[in-house]
Amino acid sequence: MVKYIIKRILMGILTAFIVATLTFFIMNLVPGGPFLSEKAVTPQAQAAMEAKYGLDKPLFIQYLTYMGDLLHGDMGVSIKKRGFTVNDIIGNKFPVSARLGGLAVLVSVCIGVPLGSIAAFKRGKTLDNVIIVFSTAGIAIPSFLTSTLMMYFLSVKLKLLPSLGLDSPASYIMPVIALSLYPTCYIARLMRSSMLDVIGQDYMRTARAKGVTTFKSIFKHALRNAILPVVTYLGPLLASLMTGSFIIEKIFTIPGLGHEFVSAIPSRDYPLIMGTTIFLACFIIVMNVVVDIAYAFIDPRIKLK
Amino acid sequence: MDGNLVDIKHEKLSFFTPVGEVKALNDVSICMKEGEVLGIVGESGSGKSVTAYSLMGLTADNGKIVDGEVNFNGHRIDLMTEKEMRKIRGKEISIIFQDPMTSLNPVYTIGNQIEEAVRVHGDKSAAEAKARAAELLNLVGINEPEKRLKQYPHELSGGMRQRVMIAIALACEPKLLIADEPTTALDVTIQAQILELMNDLKQKLGMGIMLITHDLGVVASMCDNIAVMYAGEIVEYGSADDIFYEPKHEYTKGLLRSIPKFQEKEYSALVPIEGQPVDLLNPPKGCPFAPRCDSCMKICLREKPDRTDFGEHHYARCWLHAKAAFESRQGGDR
Repeated sequence: MVKYIIKRILMGILTAFIVATLTFFIMNLVPGGPFLSEKAVTPQAQAAMEAKYGLDKPLFIQYLTYMGDLLHGDMGVSIKKRGFTVNDIIGNKFPVSARLGGLAVLVSVCIGVPLGSIAAFKRGKTLDNVIIVFSTAGIAIPSFLTSTLMMYFLSVKLKLLPSLGLDSPASYIMPVIALSLYPTCYIARLMRSSMLDVIGQDYMRTARAKGVTTFKSIFKHALRNAILPVVTYLGPLLASLMTGSFIIEKIFTIPGLGHEFVSAIPSRDYPLIMGTTIFLACFIIVMNVVVDIAYAFIDPRIKLK
Repeated sequence: MDGNLVDIKHEKLSFFTPVGEVKALNDVSICMKEGEVLGIVGESGSGKSVTAYSLMGLTADNGKIVDGEVNFNGHRIDLMTEKEMRKIRGKEISIIFQDPMTSLNPVYTIGNQIEEAVRVHGDKSAAEAKARAAELLNLVGINEPEKRLKQYPHELSGGMRQRVMIAIALACEPKLLIADEPTTALDVTIQAQILELMNDLKQKLGMGIMLITHDLGVVASMCDNIAVMYAGEIVEYGSADDIFYEPKHEYTKGLLRSIPKFQEKEYSALVPIEGQPVDLLNPPKGCPFAPRCDSCMKICLREKPDRTDFGEHHYARCWLHAKAAFESRQGGDR
């Protein structure tokens, strides 16, 4: 197990290195630069600024410098946000997105898993059909629509919830709902199909033949077997939700990482693009290792080698 | 009829499917005394498993007993609620299934699953249950029980898993053990071991066994009585000797003919029973076996034969035997 984890971490470092390299060169292939949008920049001023950020050097030298700094944990200084290092920006904004995203994941699991299980146990009945219809709708409706509708009715019309920021617990409600709607419905559907599969298994019949109660046979015998697909989905889900959603952060004016991630690209804030991308990649890599380890704990047939 | 462990009277059971009513059991009556071994033989879909499952209340949701009585050890199974059934399942009546590879939950240890069966009924402590589980593993011939209890199903062979299933079934010393094709999924050598084990356990514990199989060789060695089922009916019932030496029903004879005989000529071909099993959605008016029967008469296609008794415990449903009785009763010229 320990050997496996070490192996996966080494593989992860290699992956992160490849991601960093590819992002660096692709980013520089895109035309334009960080100072093009500034008004009436003299050639001398532009050259001075490029020299300040080391952008005047040959690309390969820039790459070596960046990677060298990265090895020391230094992701450079943001070009657009003067005075902030990329480390600062990630350090300040990630906790905001992570708290929101983590809550959303928690909500999706707590609602999606029971909903899917109930649908499976009531297969073909009205309740099952209702759950199917709603979960399909939830997957199809984009989050900007649900956010806007919620904001219109709950904030503007009824004045129940604050429409922006994350200052009070109540202000989390709408962003969390908007973020978790899709994963909740997706998990419900995943859970329904894997639960249906498990219900038909012979060992469920064995449990019943032993005289085990329905409740216990679901919680002990079915759930642990049926949850695996959901766990698989949770890895990438955690990574994507905890690093922030551009749309939700924009709509609810939340100072999160998702916003930086996207806005760094059009402004050609090279160090910030690199930083956020590498951070996201590392997060996904770590989550996948965590999922694999969780797998081995849930299903003893899976051996980590 | 008191004193019988199992007393099924004229049970009719149907599955209600979107395409219609599938009449899985048509007037099945079975009696078993305590400690008796009854073999139920028949081809797939003949209703042998359905009969056994209905005795445990394990029939699929769309299956309903539409007529008749199912008595077991003084309980009216057909009238009991799920909650009442749960108290009997695993305690007074247990079952082992065909495929030991899939009948154990892959994510829990053997010990956990046996202890669960021990603890569901009664109030044993965790330590007592563990001791009982080890004892049960010993009973079913598994060595090093302490070590095995910590293993997962995938770490055991098929034969071992079936032994574990038997251990689970015996956890509460049931009065009746239903064995639903317990050896079908196993190697021939393992089959013999499992049957021997079941025979041993029967001697030791004195429980009744309902052995469901399509292998006549298996029933011959173990059973006191045999019920031959076809299309949801018992077409012949008798002691093992009656069935093997004096079969009356053409289907029983066909089954016996289809057993490979190794003593005879080196290359004697197997004798199959020609034709297809009955469509239980539209069961025929007459004898269900008539379309496949070599001795089929006109009346066989028109009317169901009555039961003809050949001795105290031996009967068959076949016009070849019923005709005489029928004619004398009707006085007609059919």
